[in-house]
Amino acid sequence: MDILLQLIVSGIAVGGVYALIALGFVLIYKATSIINFATGEFMMIGAYFFYTFMVMAGLPPIPSFLLVMFCSALLGLFVERAILRHMLGQPTISIVMVTIGLSSILMGLAEMIWSTDFKSFPALFPRAPVIIGDIIVRSNLFWGFVVAMLAVIVFALLFKYAKVGVAMRATAGDQMAAFSMGINVRSMFTVAWSMGAIAAALGGVIIGNIGGIQPTLGSIGLKIFPVVILGGLDSIAGAVVGGFIVGLVENIAGGYLDPYVGGGVKDLAPFVVLVLILFIKPYGLFGKQDIERL
Amino acid sequence: MRMGDFKQTYAADEAVFRSGTVRFWLVVLLLAMAAFPFMVGPYLLYMANLTGVAIIAAVGLNILTGAAGQISLGHAAFVGIGAYTSAILTTKLGLPFLVCLPLSGLAAAFFGIIVGAPSMRMKGLYLCIATLAAQVIFDFIFVHWTSVTGGIRGINVPSAELFGYKLDTEFKMYFVTIPIMIAAITAARNLFRTRVGRAFIAIRDRDISAELMGINLFQYKLYAFAASSFYAGVAGCLQVYLLRIVTPEHFPLHESIRYLAMIIVGGLGSVLGSIFGAIFMTMVPEALQSGLALFQGMDDKLMSYLFPLQTVVFGLLIVVFLVFEPHGLAEMWRRVKNYFRLWPFEH
Repeated sequence: MDILLQLIVSGIAVGGVYALIALGFVLIYKATSIINFATGEFMMIGAYFFYTFMVMAGLPPIPSFLLVMFCSALLGLFVERAILRHMLGQPTISIVMVTIGLSSILMGLAEMIWSTDFKSFPALFPRAPVIIGDIIVRSNLFWGFVVAMLAVIVFALLFKYAKVGVAMRATAGDQMAAFSMGINVRSMFTVAWSMGAIAAALGGVIIGNIGGIQPTLGSIGLKIFPVVILGGLDSIAGAVVGGFIVGLVENIAGGYLDPYVGGGVKDLAPFVVLVLILFIKPYGLFGKQDIERL
Repeated sequence: MRMGDFKQTYAADEAVFRSGTVRFWLVVLLLAMAAFPFMVGPYLLYMANLTGVAIIAAVGLNILTGAAGQISLGHAAFVGIGAYTSAILTTKLGLPFLVCLPLSGLAAAFFGIIVGAPSMRMKGLYLCIATLAAQVIFDFIFVHWTSVTGGIRGINVPSAELFGYKLDTEFKMYFVTIPIMIAAITAARNLFRTRVGRAFIAIRDRDISAELMGINLFQYKLYAFAASSFYAGVAGCLQVYLLRIVTPEHFPLHESIRYLAMIIVGGLGSVLGSIFGAIFMTMVPEALQSGLALFQGMDDKLMSYLFPLQTVVFGLLIVVFLVFEPHGLAEMWRRVKNYFRLWPFEH
């Protein structure tokens, strides 16, 4: 029983971080209908930005954190302007492939700039594990969860109440209507990419703080797909719920099944759940069902 | 400038090779391909064989993604299923090459139908991610079902035998790979002229309209998955006999992406495009690698910058083609041909 509780708690903690990264994905998908296969790489680059500012430049954590957000926003802006803007109106496969190509470029560049060596951050939080009742949580995991949840809440509030957020939702709802209400639809695309990149980068910093960073860190981004499909591609609440479900499923399945098959269940389980969900509810738990007209 | 090219029957207009010029150059190409192995060394033959396999797989993916419009991120997994099927049938049951070849294709097609089954309820991005799940799950099975697949160490396979003749060199394999490749290309080219192939294209262009015209969407999507993974399975079987070993490392997600990149760079929905794309995406990394080999040993620091360049170039190729030439190499080829068709006149 203790093991189960332990697994559940760490599942929730990891799930919170997944929720934040998935949010980075959903923000972009909601506003631009672009499925961003490079989310994982945005995350990885974000972690490297943090490493650069904090370890290489020796800045304190908070300014580094802010600089990471700024640089990631610039990266998102640049990517949208330089590449995705040309892809407006192209078929799905082209857009999917362009983001896959982008992820390859970002990964190669990261290897060139920061080398393939494993790197880790200095301790940001008190080292002592956090104890809740009988359960012990690694401090990095606990504080990572707290930061991720704070970020998710900030993004959700921003989306709900800030002028930019409302404009973004309007653009997502109906581009033509938003356009005629005086919303600059194009700049909304840019904002969505910047915000998506920021969310992913924050997730990357947290993940990097838990387990260290490498250019292949972006492959964690693949787990975003079970998360966002579970919740429905265009739902922010869905991303959060999906994040927790995937975190729980992979921890519990990994904890109980790994000894029997020799590891790797953690990476597999979310995708098995994904397939099952797709059979039962093809548009996810909270997704908007497409109604097509000819 | 080409002249006197008039068609008097529909059959002549619909022919695969429409004019004498095309037929002439095709014969020249075939002769050159037949003479090729006698003129080059084993390395180039090895590359030619690998390219042949890549062409078969890419043509298969183009049936599903290019023609029927269903994006698959799991093509490498189907190549893997074909490869493992033939490796297991050869080593455990001792079946001959000629039996393994169609069986690998059929095994892959069978799993293709299973993976395609969700297409009954979903399409587009959701289906694309379902195929991604298939890729991850099959990858896991290849690695972890040790008793059958040999785990990460894989299975060593003896060289193929055809009519008592051992195919133990690249030279001999060439005469198996290339004819199969030509057969595969011919079959695909003709598939698009049949009822089934036209149904695929109708589904890609507008699925709802296709359904209204009496095409059973689910059935034809499954056909597309089956046909595409059959090609993948055959390619996998050939790859096993070329490399004589099969390990999970040959079929990661990255390989699926490489196949997608081939048909993107080559040209979606065009058989010729898949051929160009497969050649291009096999040759460019190889050329880069030999280019980098020139710098080898000069400076370790320089190498650590240059080595990741391959990853960057791979991504750049995809992005640049999509942004500047969305119809790929096939379209460039068509423009060049058109230019010379009218040459020396401009219009």
